[in-house]
Amino acid sequence: MGGRTIAEKILSAKAGVERAEPGDILECEIDYVMVNDITGVPAFEVCEEIGAGMLNERVVVVQDHYVPAKDIPSAEQAKALREFALKYKTHYYEIGKGGICHQVMIEEGFVAPGRLIVGADSHTCSYGALGAFATGIGSTEAGVVFATGKLWFRVPETQKFVVEGSLRPFVCGKDVVLHILGEIGVAGSKYKAQEFYGSTIKELSLSDRITIANMSVEAGAKTCIFPPDEKVFSFLKGRVRGEYEPVYADDDASYDEIFEFNAEEIVPMVAKPFSPDNVVPASELSDEEIDQAFIGSCTNGRIEDLRLAATILKGRKVHPSVRMIVVPASQSVFKQALRERLIEIFLEAGAFVCSATCGACLGGHLGVLAEGEKCISTTNRNFIGRMGHKNAEVFLASPAVVAASAVTGKITDPSHLLS
Amino acid sequence: MRVWKFGDNVDTDQIIPAEYLTTADPEKLAPHVFAKVRPDFAVSVQKGDVIVAGHNFGCGSSREHAPRALKGAGIKCVIAKSFARIFFRNAINIGLRLIEADIYDKVSDGDEIDIDFKRGIIRNLTKNEEYAFKPLPEFMEKLLEMGGLVPYVKERLREKKK
Repeated sequence: MGGRTIAEKILSAKAGVERAEPGDILECEIDYVMVNDITGVPAFEVCEEIGAGMLNERVVVVQDHYVPAKDIPSAEQAKALREFALKYKTHYYEIGKGGICHQVMIEEGFVAPGRLIVGADSHTCSYGALGAFATGIGSTEAGVVFATGKLWFRVPETQKFVVEGSLRPFVCGKDVVLHILGEIGVAGSKYKAQEFYGSTIKELSLSDRITIANMSVEAGAKTCIFPPDEKVFSFLKGRVRGEYEPVYADDDASYDEIFEFNAEEIVPMVAKPFSPDNVVPASELSDEEIDQAFIGSCTNGRIEDLRLAATILKGRKVHPSVRMIVVPASQSVFKQALRERLIEIFLEAGAFVCSATCGACLGGHLGVLAEGEKCISTTNRNFIGRMGHKNAEVFLASPAVVAASAVTGKITDPSHLLS
Repeated sequence: MRVWKFGDNVDTDQIIPAEYLTTADPEKLAPHVFAKVRPDFAVSVQKGDVIVAGHNFGCGSSREHAPRALKGAGIKCVIAKSFARIFFRNAINIGLRLIEADIYDKVSDGDEIDIDFKRGIIRNLTKNEEYAFKPLPEFMEKLLEMGGLVPYVKERLREKKK
């Protein structure tokens, strides 16, 4: 009997079993379950249908996708969600008092090492950056968790990702994950848990680790877990709710595959339409003219991302043929950006800035694309029709690439802009 | 049952675009299934039709609206080489039948097929061929038989009370 991976340890602990092998089906106790405005109402309806009460202290409700309401149907949906949340006294984050669901979950101390957290949104896997087993689920099963506090899981195999070396200037977490997606493809981690190690990872900010964990779902991963370290512990001090116990893989844990990367080979990357794995260096797209530049989302809407964009935009203007949209991922990030005078930099440059919302990321509102338009964006998906018209194109990149591209009007490697 | 053929990596944004996510009602979602990429689908799909697809069907967003919309449109079963993880769970949880089988190269769009779920056989009536498939793990077959996760959970709670 060999050692266990982090995923195997967390799932077996939450199922109350000694050990579990990949492929086993377990019923696990859930620490927190999150829903948002597009997934929450059916979850509450399911819970009511089950009729066995609700574990409200484990339920977190966040308004974020169609925020503020984009039309009457979304307003009705948000209203229904609000009424449910208030009726059952769940944790509830109203417009103007929260932000994008994943950013809120992390900021508000629900996420901690060793926890098992589910969310009715695929980017719930982001929380693995803090050493939790976190994964996206659907509304029906979220409702089941509301009622029972438990959910079934198939124990995943685990893949080990090792990144060594120093990152080049302007290369950040987003480039690392895009580089990886280019190598392994959109099904490269299908049904598997990812674990991240190496000197590069150790040096990365918590924010960059969140970006990498966030996009693990684009490779089909069930979850992505970073062994928690001092960066996680100091972030959680004074913030985390309750106690936690970090979980680490055994030295002799069994991995399905091991991927090794040299950080020095990673350059600013861009995922071309229509897949997050359709990746090339940004420098190869220098003739690609863009119409819209978007900075924000659960992937790259944190203060670190805004700072990076601001260093490039300071003293520069957004290109005359580009519209730039900047959306901090939470109320808290927006306030911090104001304090650091980053918002001024964005406004002076000619960007549209608004309060936290998922907005244009999924083609909801606040930046939908017309036919033939091209957007370079710090978001996570560029499928056909993702941000609007089916003939519009979305290019995914880091805040540095997006900011540089906004200035030149074409997709730009930031190191080329600054030389 | 008519076959509607789709390729690899059919994502949930394709299945049901974001602008329609203001309701989770399968009936209301049905008219918008594949709205951007295959507008003829929603108009022509009949109750009992089947989707045959390549790899990684249902990738991307976790929106349960995707399998709900397919169910609402009358799709009886999705047969794919492989399924994306969250879509797989969501479909089973709401009782939409899934078969993991590689029959992609054997069928054509528009073929009429028949599925014997108990014996694990797909009959291609147009081409006069048969293909065998393996059932899902027992637990998942049970969920499907009961109509999804909610009936299963309700039954278990009833049993606990006894």
